[in-house]
Amino acid sequence: MKLGFLVDLGLCMGCKGCEVSCKVENDVPIGMWRLRVKYVDVGTFPEAKRTFTPLRCNHCENAPCERICPVSALHYLDNGIVNVDKERCIGCAGCVMACPYGAIYIDPETNSADKCTYCAHRIAGGMMPACVVACPVEANIFGDLDDPASSISRYIMEHQGNVKVRKPEKNTQPKHFYVGGGEVNLNPLASERVEGFSLFNNITHLKNIGGH
Amino acid sequence: MVEHTAAATHAVVTLDVALPGIVWGWMITLNMWAKSIATGAILVGFYLLKKYGERVEGIKTLMPVVAFIFLNIFLLFTLLDLHHPERMINIFLHPHFTSAITVGAWLATILTGIIFAMAAGRVLSKLNDELYGKLLNAAFIFAIPVTLYTATIMGEAAARELWQTPTELMQMALAAFIGGSAIYLILGVGDRNVKRDLAIVLAVSASLSFIVYMGEYYFGAMKAEEVAATIAFVKSGGEYHTMFWIGQYLGYIIPVALVVLGLKNRSQSLLALASILALAGLWIAKHVWLVIPQLLNLS
Repeated sequence: MKLGFLVDLGLCMGCKGCEVSCKVENDVPIGMWRLRVKYVDVGTFPEAKRTFTPLRCNHCENAPCERICPVSALHYLDNGIVNVDKERCIGCAGCVMACPYGAIYIDPETNSADKCTYCAHRIAGGMMPACVVACPVEANIFGDLDDPASSISRYIMEHQGNVKVRKPEKNTQPKHFYVGGGEVNLNPLASERVEGFSLFNNITHLKNIGGH
Repeated sequence: MVEHTAAATHAVVTLDVALPGIVWGWMITLNMWAKSIATGAILVGFYLLKKYGERVEGIKTLMPVVAFIFLNIFLLFTLLDLHHPERMINIFLHPHFTSAITVGAWLATILTGIIFAMAAGRVLSKLNDELYGKLLNAAFIFAIPVTLYTATIMGEAAARELWQTPTELMQMALAAFIGGSAIYLILGVGDRNVKRDLAIVLAVSASLSFIVYMGEYYFGAMKAEEVAATIAFVKSGGEYHTMFWIGQYLGYIIPVALVVLGLKNRSQSLLALASILALAGLWIAKHVWLVIPQLLNLS
């Protein structure tokens, strides 16, 4: 079994239901995130549009975080999930430095590394990840990539030529896919990040990452 | 024409989370800096003992003592930088040998043990020359990977690292030679010939370090687009631009000039000043290079 995730960006409407459900399900501290939905505006009024991109851990098959972790706190589960053992983590932040997707944080409450685990605890209990359940338009598709009959496998086959991963040049072999994603969605360098300005807050950088 | 209208073509982030700040900060810089001095003291000390023998007898004690002090500074700040320092033991109980952090921790621990035995043996006069020689050879062998392994940690920290690993390996080796030669010059070790050797090692290492940094700075754009973007940001006067150049001048350019003048005028004080500036500049240069790539937005 190799679990994977796919987001159909053509369906996502930026409601942030997945983000909120993730926060609640995993008790993610304020200021941190396992899953976020990023808004990027393109063009000028009236020819403007807004894109929404949910971003989470890619559960790479060749994960830099797993490789650099000195104590195997980041490790693979049999189903392909890159999991975190928070009790073993020594808090060196090597994984934070290694992840090319910025998907790992040091939890300021536990002082251990943390990230999206595809809700491994729910999957072990036979449930779907919280974000999948919360999505009102079924933009999140989750399942077994090894099973050709799974919904994610069929979705990938039906959308051949329009399925992408983030930063494929890193050779991390992500198991998180996007349908309908463009450069603006998937490449952080393709959009400008104006310091001190966004729709609802003016915090662009955290002063610390917890602990110190 | 219209394609140059930024507003029409640019995409702007309008809602997102706050991005993390610096992950590895000054403590990691201090850790690398102290390690360079410790391993440099061993490598350069080994060279001096092999070349000058009894003429530098004092180094037999000085070298392990200096190395032991700086190795402990290195280990202390490695520990302090952890969010769970009490779990450091997991590196030995649950080692993951694909990680350069694990390999480095094991090698540095072995080296510290060897150096401790040498320092304690010499201070307590419990070490004969034959055993000292064997420990010295072992220390020399272990000092090489301990000097270099941080480059491979940075190589594995692929998301937030500017250096190409092969270049960083060279930079780590040169940093050790700067650290080792500078510390002996500051301590006034040896006669005029020894000091001349140390000054040449310092000047050549600083020159090569400067060349390596310039190579990365000006040709780094021939790497991933993220690296190119980071370098472009710094070059355009962005954050750490001034600090980068302060590090280059203090650490490399000025010390080379002072060493040339010091040798010409046979001035120990100029050599000492060059050494102090080299060590200060080394810290600054290393710190800037560590934190710059962490300014990059990854997602």
